[in-house]
Amino acid sequence: MIGKMIITKAQWNEYKGNSKENIKATINGVEMFVPIDEANIHYAEIKRQVDAGELTIEDAD
Amino acid sequence: MSRARTFADLATASEEGSLASPNMIQNGDMAVSQRATSLTSQTGTFYCVDRFKIIESADAVFTVAQSSTSPEGFNNSLKIDTTTADSSLSSTQYTSIVQNQEGLNLQHLNWGTSNAKPLTVSFHVRSNVTGTYCLLMVAKDATVKYQSQTYTIDSANTWEKKVLTYIGETTTAIPDDNSNSLWIEFCLGSGTGYTSGGATGQAWSSDGTKYFGGQGVNIMASTDNEFLLTGVQMEVGRVATPFKYESFGDNLARCQRYYSKVQYSNWSGRVQSSNAYYIHDGFRQTMRAAPSASILSQSQSSFPTDRNFGDMTVNGVGTQCTASGNADGAYWYTGIALDADL
Repeated sequence: MIGKMIITKAQWNEYKGNSKENIKATINGVEMFVPIDEANIHYAEIKRQVDAGELTIEDAD
Repeated sequence: MSRARTFADLATASEEGSLASPNMIQNGDMAVSQRATSLTSQTGTFYCVDRFKIIESADAVFTVAQSSTSPEGFNNSLKIDTTTADSSLSSTQYTSIVQNQEGLNLQHLNWGTSNAKPLTVSFHVRSNVTGTYCLLMVAKDATVKYQSQTYTIDSANTWEKKVLTYIGETTTAIPDDNSNSLWIEFCLGSGTGYTSGGATGQAWSSDGTKYFGGQGVNIMASTDNEFLLTGVQMEVGRVATPFKYESFGDNLARCQRYYSKVQYSNWSGRVQSSNAYYIHDGFRQTMRAAPSASILSQSQSSFPTDRNFGDMTVNGVGTQCTASGNADGAYWYTGIALDADL
Protein backbone atom coordinates (compact mmCIF):
# COMPACT_ATOMS: atom_id res chain seq x y z
CA MET A 1 0.00 0.00 0.00
CA ILE A 2 1.14 3.57 -0.50
CA GLY A 3 -0.06 4.94 2.82
CA LYS A 4 -2.18 7.97 3.50
CA MET A 5 -0.66 11.45 3.47
CA ILE A 6 -2.74 14.03 5.35
CA ILE A 7 -2.15 17.52 3.94
CA THR A 8 -3.86 20.21 5.97
CA LYS A 9 -2.32 23.30 4.35
CA ALA A 10 -0.43 24.15 1.17
CA GLN A 11 0.88 27.56 0.16
CA TRP A 12 3.25 28.73 -2.57
CA ASN A 13 6.54 29.83 -1.04
CA GLU A 14 8.62 32.73 -2.35
CA TYR A 15 12.38 32.28 -2.41
CA LYS A 16 14.91 34.60 -4.02
CA GLY A 17 12.12 36.54 -5.73
CA ASN A 18 10.40 33.50 -7.24
CA SER A 19 6.87 33.53 -5.83
CA LYS A 20 6.33 29.84 -6.70
CA GLU A 21 9.77 28.40 -5.95
CA ASN A 22 8.36 25.66 -3.72
CA ILE A 23 5.31 24.81 -1.61
CA LYS A 24 5.09 25.24 2.14
CA ALA A 25 2.77 22.49 3.30
CA THR A 26 1.68 20.84 6.52
CA ILE A 27 1.90 17.11 5.91
CA ASN A 28 1.03 14.58 8.59
CA GLY A 29 1.35 17.42 11.10
CA VAL A 30 4.83 18.57 10.00
CA GLU A 31 5.51 21.85 8.17
CA MET A 32 7.62 21.08 5.10
CA PHE A 33 9.04 23.04 2.20
CA VAL A 34 8.30 20.85 -0.81
CA PRO A 35 10.25 21.27 -4.08
CA ILE A 36 8.52 21.21 -7.47
CA ASP A 37 9.78 17.76 -8.38
CA GLU A 38 7.43 14.97 -9.39
CA ALA A 39 9.89 12.41 -7.99
CA ASN A 40 9.31 13.94 -4.56
CA ILE A 41 6.44 11.96 -3.03
CA HIS A 42 5.12 14.99 -1.12
CA TYR A 43 4.90 17.06 -4.29
CA ALA A 44 3.37 14.14 -6.18
CA GLU A 45 0.65 13.82 -3.54
CA ILE A 46 0.01 17.59 -3.46
CA LYS A 47 -0.36 17.54 -7.25
CA ARG A 48 -2.67 14.54 -7.09
CA GLN A 49 -4.91 16.21 -4.52
CA VAL A 50 -4.96 19.51 -6.46
CA ASP A 51 -5.84 17.71 -9.70
CA ALA A 52 -8.60 15.85 -7.84
CA GLY A 53 -10.02 19.09 -6.46
CA GLU A 54 -9.25 18.05 -2.90
CA LEU A 55 -6.62 20.70 -2.17
CA THR A 56 -5.96 24.31 -3.11
CA ILE A 57 -2.51 25.88 -2.99
CA GLU A 58 -2.76 29.35 -1.49
CA ASP A 59 -0.78 32.26 -2.89
CA ALA A 60 2.50 33.21 -1.25
CA ASP A 61 2.43 35.77 1.55
CA MET B 1 21.01 -29.13 6.89
CA SER B 2 23.54 -31.56 5.44
CA ARG B 3 26.93 -30.40 4.15
CA ALA B 4 26.00 -31.66 0.69
CA ARG B 5 22.83 -29.57 0.78
CA THR B 6 24.83 -26.52 1.84
CA PHE B 7 27.25 -26.94 -1.08
CA ALA B 8 24.37 -27.48 -3.48
CA ASP B 9 22.68 -24.28 -2.28
CA LEU B 10 25.94 -22.36 -2.58
CA ALA B 11 26.36 -23.61 -6.15
CA THR B 12 22.81 -22.54 -6.97
CA ALA B 13 23.34 -19.16 -5.33
CA SER B 14 26.53 -18.68 -7.34
CA GLU B 15 24.83 -19.58 -10.62
CA GLU B 16 21.91 -17.25 -9.93
CA GLY B 17 24.13 -14.38 -8.91
CA SER B 18 23.04 -14.00 -5.30
CA LEU B 19 26.50 -14.69 -3.89
CA ALA B 20 27.73 -11.58 -5.66
CA SER B 21 24.51 -9.66 -5.14
CA PRO B 22 24.26 -7.11 -2.36
CA ASN B 23 21.37 -7.05 0.03
CA MET B 24 18.87 -4.96 -1.90
CA ILE B 25 17.16 -3.94 1.33
CA GLN B 26 18.59 -0.82 2.96
CA ASN B 27 19.09 -0.91 6.73
CA GLY B 28 18.00 -4.54 6.97
CA ASP B 29 19.66 -4.82 10.41
CA MET B 30 17.69 -1.79 11.69
CA ALA B 31 20.93 -0.15 12.86
CA VAL B 32 20.15 3.31 11.45
CA SER B 33 17.34 5.34 12.98
CA GLN B 34 17.92 8.98 12.05
CA ARG B 35 14.39 10.27 12.71
CA ALA B 36 13.94 8.86 16.21
CA THR B 37 14.75 5.77 18.24
CA SER B 38 11.31 5.64 19.84
CA LEU B 39 7.95 7.10 18.89
CA THR B 40 4.78 6.95 20.97
CA SER B 41 1.12 7.42 20.00
CA GLN B 42 1.72 6.64 16.34
CA THR B 43 -1.06 6.34 13.77
CA GLY B 44 -1.27 6.89 10.03
CA THR B 45 1.93 6.67 7.96
CA PHE B 46 5.29 7.14 9.67
CA TYR B 47 8.91 6.02 10.05
CA CYS B 48 11.04 5.08 13.04
CA VAL B 49 14.12 3.20 11.78
CA ASP B 50 15.28 4.32 8.37
CA ARG B 51 13.71 3.00 5.18
CA PHE B 52 10.95 0.96 6.87
CA LYS B 53 7.64 2.79 6.53
CA ILE B 54 4.79 1.82 8.81
CA ILE B 55 1.27 2.23 7.48
CA GLU B 56 -1.59 2.08 9.96
CA SER B 57 -5.05 2.51 8.47
CA ALA B 58 -7.01 1.05 11.38
CA ASP B 59 -8.01 2.50 14.76
CA ALA B 60 -5.05 1.13 16.69
CA VAL B 61 -2.22 3.19 18.19
CA PHE B 62 1.41 2.06 18.44
CA THR B 63 4.66 2.72 20.18
CA VAL B 64 7.42 2.05 17.69
CA ALA B 65 11.09 1.74 18.53
CA GLN B 66 14.54 0.77 17.40
CA SER B 67 14.82 -2.03 19.94
CA SER B 68 17.89 -3.73 21.35
CA THR B 69 15.95 -6.99 21.50
CA SER B 70 17.48 -8.96 18.66
CA PRO B 71 18.55 -12.42 17.57
CA GLU B 72 22.16 -13.59 17.64
CA GLY B 73 24.23 -11.65 15.14
CA PHE B 74 22.16 -8.47 15.34
CA ASN B 75 22.04 -5.57 17.78
CA ASN B 76 18.75 -3.96 16.78
CA SER B 77 15.24 -4.67 15.60
CA LEU B 78 12.18 -2.68 14.64
CA LYS B 79 9.62 -3.14 17.41
CA ILE B 80 5.94 -2.33 17.08
CA ASP B 81 3.92 -2.39 20.28
CA THR B 82 0.14 -2.00 20.27
CA THR B 83 -0.91 0.58 22.88
CA THR B 84 -4.52 1.08 21.78
CA ALA B 85 -6.17 -2.02 20.38
CA ASP B 86 -8.41 -2.49 17.36
CA SER B 87 -9.75 -6.03 17.50
CA SER B 88 -12.50 -5.62 14.91
CA LEU B 89 -10.95 -4.40 11.67
CA SER B 90 -13.27 -3.19 8.94
CA SER B 91 -12.93 -4.73 5.49
CA THR B 92 -10.17 -2.37 4.30
CA GLN B 93 -8.31 -1.60 7.52
CA TYR B 94 -4.78 -2.92 7.91
CA THR B 95 -1.31 -2.25 9.26
CA SER B 96 1.90 -3.07 7.42
CA ILE B 97 5.64 -2.40 7.26
CA VAL B 98 6.90 -1.40 3.82
CA GLN B 99 10.24 -0.87 2.15
CA ASN B 100 10.05 0.72 -1.31
CA GLN B 101 12.75 0.26 -3.93
CA GLU B 102 13.69 2.61 -6.75
CA GLY B 103 14.15 1.32 -10.30
CA LEU B 104 17.79 2.41 -10.50
CA ASN B 105 18.67 -0.39 -8.07
CA LEU B 106 16.68 -3.11 -9.84
CA GLN B 107 17.97 -3.21 -13.41
CA HIS B 108 19.97 -6.40 -12.85
CA LEU B 109 16.73 -8.32 -12.27
CA ASN B 110 15.96 -8.45 -16.02
CA TRP B 111 12.27 -8.06 -15.29
CA GLY B 112 10.13 -7.63 -18.37
CA THR B 113 12.08 -10.39 -20.14
CA SER B 114 11.88 -14.16 -20.21
CA ASN B 115 15.04 -14.17 -18.07
CA ALA B 116 13.42 -12.28 -15.21
CA LYS B 117 15.26 -13.26 -12.04
CA PRO B 118 13.52 -14.46 -8.89
CA LEU B 119 14.07 -12.76 -5.54
CA THR B 120 14.46 -14.35 -2.14
CA VAL B 121 13.57 -12.47 1.03
CA SER B 122 14.88 -13.66 4.40
CA PHE B 123 14.27 -12.10 7.81
CA HIS B 124 14.16 -12.68 11.55
CA VAL B 125 10.81 -12.16 13.25
CA ARG B 126 9.43 -12.43 16.76
CA SER B 127 5.99 -11.89 18.30
CA ASN B 128 3.84 -13.05 21.17
CA VAL B 129 1.16 -13.71 18.53
CA THR B 130 1.73 -17.05 16.81
CA GLY B 131 0.01 -17.90 13.55
CA THR B 132 0.05 -17.07 9.86
CA TYR B 133 1.38 -13.80 8.48
CA CYS B 134 1.60 -12.46 4.94
CA LEU B 135 4.67 -10.95 3.26
CA LEU B 136 3.96 -9.65 -0.19
CA MET B 137 6.05 -8.30 -3.02
CA VAL B 138 4.54 -5.61 -5.21
CA ALA B 139 5.61 -4.70 -8.75
CA LYS B 140 4.32 -1.19 -9.29
CA ASP B 141 5.06 -0.40 -12.93
CA ALA B 142 2.25 -0.59 -15.50
CA THR B 143 -0.50 -2.55 -13.74
CA VAL B 144 0.19 -3.00 -10.04
CA LYS B 145 0.78 -6.71 -9.42
CA TYR B 146 1.72 -8.61 -6.35
CA GLN B 147 2.66 -11.96 -4.90
CA SER B 148 1.29 -12.58 -1.43
CA GLN B 149 2.93 -15.42 0.43
CA THR B 150 2.58 -16.62 3.98
CA TYR B 151 4.89 -17.62 6.79
CA THR B 152 4.12 -18.88 10.28
CA ILE B 153 5.39 -17.73 13.64
CA ASP B 154 5.44 -21.04 15.49
CA SER B 155 6.64 -20.11 18.99
CA ALA B 156 5.64 -17.08 21.01
CA ASN B 157 8.35 -14.57 21.94
CA THR B 158 11.06 -16.50 20.09
CA TRP B 159 13.20 -15.26 17.22
CA GLU B 160 12.57 -17.28 14.06
CA LYS B 161 14.20 -16.94 10.65
CA LYS B 162 11.91 -17.07 7.63
CA VAL B 163 12.68 -17.38 3.92
CA LEU B 164 10.32 -16.74 0.99
CA THR B 165 11.08 -16.77 -2.74
CA TYR B 166 9.21 -14.69 -5.32
CA ILE B 167 9.25 -15.33 -9.05
CA GLY B 168 10.44 -12.67 -11.49
CA GLU B 169 8.04 -10.52 -13.49
CA THR B 170 8.35 -11.26 -17.22
CA THR B 171 5.94 -8.82 -18.85
CA THR B 172 6.89 -5.32 -17.67
CA ALA B 173 10.38 -3.84 -17.57
CA ILE B 174 11.34 -1.74 -14.56
CA PRO B 175 12.08 1.86 -15.59
CA ASP B 176 15.71 2.80 -15.04
CA ASP B 177 14.88 5.78 -12.86
CA ASN B 178 14.40 6.90 -9.26
CA SER B 179 10.69 6.13 -9.03
CA ASN B 180 9.14 3.53 -6.76
CA SER B 181 9.09 0.28 -8.76
CA LEU B 182 8.93 -2.52 -6.24
CA TRP B 183 8.23 -2.98 -2.57
CA ILE B 184 7.98 -5.65 0.08
CA GLU B 185 5.24 -5.36 2.68
CA PHE B 186 4.91 -7.21 5.99
CA CYS B 187 1.27 -7.39 7.05
CA LEU B 188 0.50 -7.14 10.77
CA GLY B 189 -3.26 -7.43 10.40
CA SER B 190 -5.88 -6.80 7.74
CA GLY B 191 -9.60 -6.68 7.15
CA THR B 192 -11.14 -9.34 4.95
CA GLY B 193 -11.29 -7.06 1.93
CA TYR B 194 -7.58 -7.75 1.33
CA THR B 195 -7.44 -11.34 2.54
CA SER B 196 -10.55 -13.18 1.41
CA GLY B 197 -9.02 -14.34 -1.91
CA GLY B 198 -6.20 -16.21 -0.17
CA ALA B 199 -2.50 -15.93 -0.90
CA THR B 200 -1.29 -15.87 -4.49
CA GLY B 201 1.75 -18.02 -3.73
CA GLN B 202 4.42 -17.76 -6.42
CA ALA B 203 2.17 -16.07 -8.97
CA TRP B 204 1.51 -12.44 -9.86
CA SER B 205 -2.00 -11.13 -9.34
CA SER B 206 -3.93 -7.87 -9.37
CA ASP B 207 -6.84 -9.29 -7.39
CA GLY B 208 -7.26 -6.94 -4.42
CA THR B 209 -8.78 -9.68 -2.25
CA LYS B 210 -5.41 -11.48 -2.38
CA TYR B 211 -3.26 -8.48 -1.43
CA PHE B 212 -2.68 -9.63 2.14
CA GLY B 213 -3.90 -13.14 1.29
CA GLY B 214 -3.46 -15.67 4.07
CA GLN B 215 -2.92 -13.13 6.86
CA GLY B 216 -4.48 -14.88 9.82
CA VAL B 217 -3.51 -12.78 12.84
CA ASN B 218 -4.05 -9.22 13.96
CA ILE B 219 -1.28 -7.60 15.97
CA MET B 220 -3.66 -4.74 16.73
CA ALA B 221 -6.14 -7.00 18.53
CA SER B 222 -4.69 -6.49 22.01
CA THR B 223 -2.43 -4.11 23.90
CA ASP B 224 -0.47 -7.21 24.92
CA ASN B 225 0.76 -7.62 21.35
CA GLU B 226 4.10 -6.74 19.80
CA PHE B 227 5.96 -7.52 16.59
CA LEU B 228 9.74 -7.36 16.09
CA LEU B 229 11.64 -7.57 12.81
CA THR B 230 15.30 -7.52 11.78
CA GLY B 231 17.86 -9.11 9.46
CA VAL B 232 15.76 -8.35 6.40
CA GLN B 233 17.56 -9.32 3.21
CA MET B 234 16.38 -9.42 -0.41
CA GLU B 235 18.66 -11.00 -2.97
CA VAL B 236 18.64 -12.37 -6.47
CA GLY B 237 17.92 -16.07 -6.83
CA ARG B 238 16.09 -18.81 -4.98
CA VAL B 239 18.56 -19.29 -2.15
CA ALA B 240 18.86 -17.22 1.01
CA THR B 241 22.53 -16.62 1.74
CA PRO B 242 23.74 -15.46 5.17
CA PHE B 243 22.93 -11.84 6.02
CA LYS B 244 25.34 -9.52 4.25
CA TYR B 245 26.59 -7.22 6.98
CA GLU B 246 27.92 -3.80 6.09
CA SER B 247 29.66 -1.18 8.18
CA PHE B 248 27.47 1.31 10.03
CA GLY B 249 28.96 4.06 7.85
CA ASP B 250 28.06 2.31 4.62
CA ASN B 251 24.57 1.55 5.95
CA LEU B 252 24.06 5.18 7.00
CA ALA B 253 25.27 6.44 3.64
CA ARG B 254 22.76 4.24 1.80
CA CYS B 255 19.98 5.54 4.08
CA GLN B 256 21.00 9.17 3.54
CA ARG B 257 19.97 8.88 -0.10
CA TYR B 258 16.39 8.84 1.27
CA TYR B 259 16.52 10.82 4.51
CA SER B 260 19.23 13.06 5.87
CA LYS B 261 19.88 15.89 8.29
CA VAL B 262 21.90 19.06 8.18
CA GLN B 263 23.22 19.73 11.70
CA TYR B 264 23.67 22.69 11.64
CA SER B 265 23.19 25.25 8.94
CA ASN B 266 24.67 28.41 10.42
CA TRP B 267 25.34 32.03 9.56
CA SER B 268 26.88 34.83 11.63
CA GLY B 269 28.07 38.37 11.05
CA ARG B 270 26.91 41.97 10.84
CA VAL B 271 23.34 42.46 9.68
CA GLN B 272 21.07 45.28 8.62
CA SER B 273 17.43 45.12 9.51
CA SER B 274 15.12 43.72 6.78
CA ASN B 275 17.98 42.44 4.64
CA ALA B 276 17.82 38.79 3.62
CA TYR B 277 20.79 36.50 4.27
CA TYR B 278 21.36 33.15 2.62
CA ILE B 279 23.36 30.03 3.13
CA HIS B 280 23.54 26.85 1.06
CA ASP B 281 24.36 23.43 2.50
CA GLY B 282 25.58 20.52 0.43
CA PHE B 283 24.52 16.97 1.30
CA ARG B 284 26.85 14.14 2.24
CA GLN B 285 25.08 11.86 -0.23
CA THR B 286 23.26 12.57 -3.46
CA MET B 287 19.62 12.16 -2.52
CA ARG B 288 17.12 10.13 -4.52
CA ALA B 289 15.10 13.24 -5.45
CA ALA B 290 14.98 16.88 -4.44
CA PRO B 291 14.02 16.54 -0.77
CA SER B 292 11.33 18.20 1.30
CA ALA B 293 12.89 20.34 4.03
CA SER B 294 11.64 20.88 7.57
CA ILE B 295 13.05 22.46 10.71
CA LEU B 296 14.52 20.19 13.37
CA SER B 297 15.90 22.85 15.70
CA GLN B 298 16.92 26.49 15.63
CA SER B 299 18.47 29.37 17.50
CA GLN B 300 19.02 32.99 16.49
CA SER B 301 20.02 36.52 17.48
CA SER B 302 18.76 39.54 15.51
CA PHE B 303 16.81 37.15 13.30
CA PRO B 304 13.18 36.02 13.64
CA THR B 305 12.24 32.42 14.32
CA ASP B 306 10.97 32.03 10.75
CA ARG B 307 13.15 30.17 8.31
CA ASN B 308 12.65 29.95 4.58
CA PHE B 309 14.01 27.13 2.44
CA GLY B 310 14.56 26.91 -1.29
CA ASP B 311 16.95 25.72 -3.99
CA MET B 312 16.26 22.13 -2.91
CA THR B 313 18.11 19.75 -5.22
CA VAL B 314 19.47 16.23 -4.87
CA ASN B 315 22.76 17.80 -3.73
CA GLY B 316 21.85 20.65 -1.42
CA VAL B 317 19.37 23.04 0.18
CA GLY B 318 19.28 26.79 0.66
CA THR B 319 18.14 28.66 3.76
CA GLN B 320 17.05 32.28 3.91
CA CYS B 321 16.64 34.45 6.97
CA THR B 322 15.72 38.15 7.07
CA ALA B 323 17.34 40.19 9.82
CA SER B 324 15.09 41.69 12.45
CA GLY B 325 17.51 44.39 13.59
CA ASN B 326 20.86 46.10 12.99
CA ALA B 327 23.61 44.29 14.86
CA ASP B 328 27.13 42.97 14.93
CA GLY B 329 27.45 39.35 15.92
CA ALA B 330 24.04 38.39 14.66
CA TYR B 331 23.58 34.69 13.98
CA TRP B 332 21.21 31.90 13.23
CA TYR B 333 21.63 28.18 13.17
CA THR B 334 19.13 25.63 12.03
CA GLY B 335 18.89 21.87 12.02
CA ILE B 336 17.19 20.70 8.83
CA ALA B 337 15.51 17.37 8.08
CA LEU B 338 15.57 16.35 4.43
CA ASP B 339 13.11 13.76 3.20
CA ALA B 340 13.40 12.16 -0.24
CA ASP B 341 12.02 8.78 0.72
CA LEU B 342 9.70 6.77 -1.47
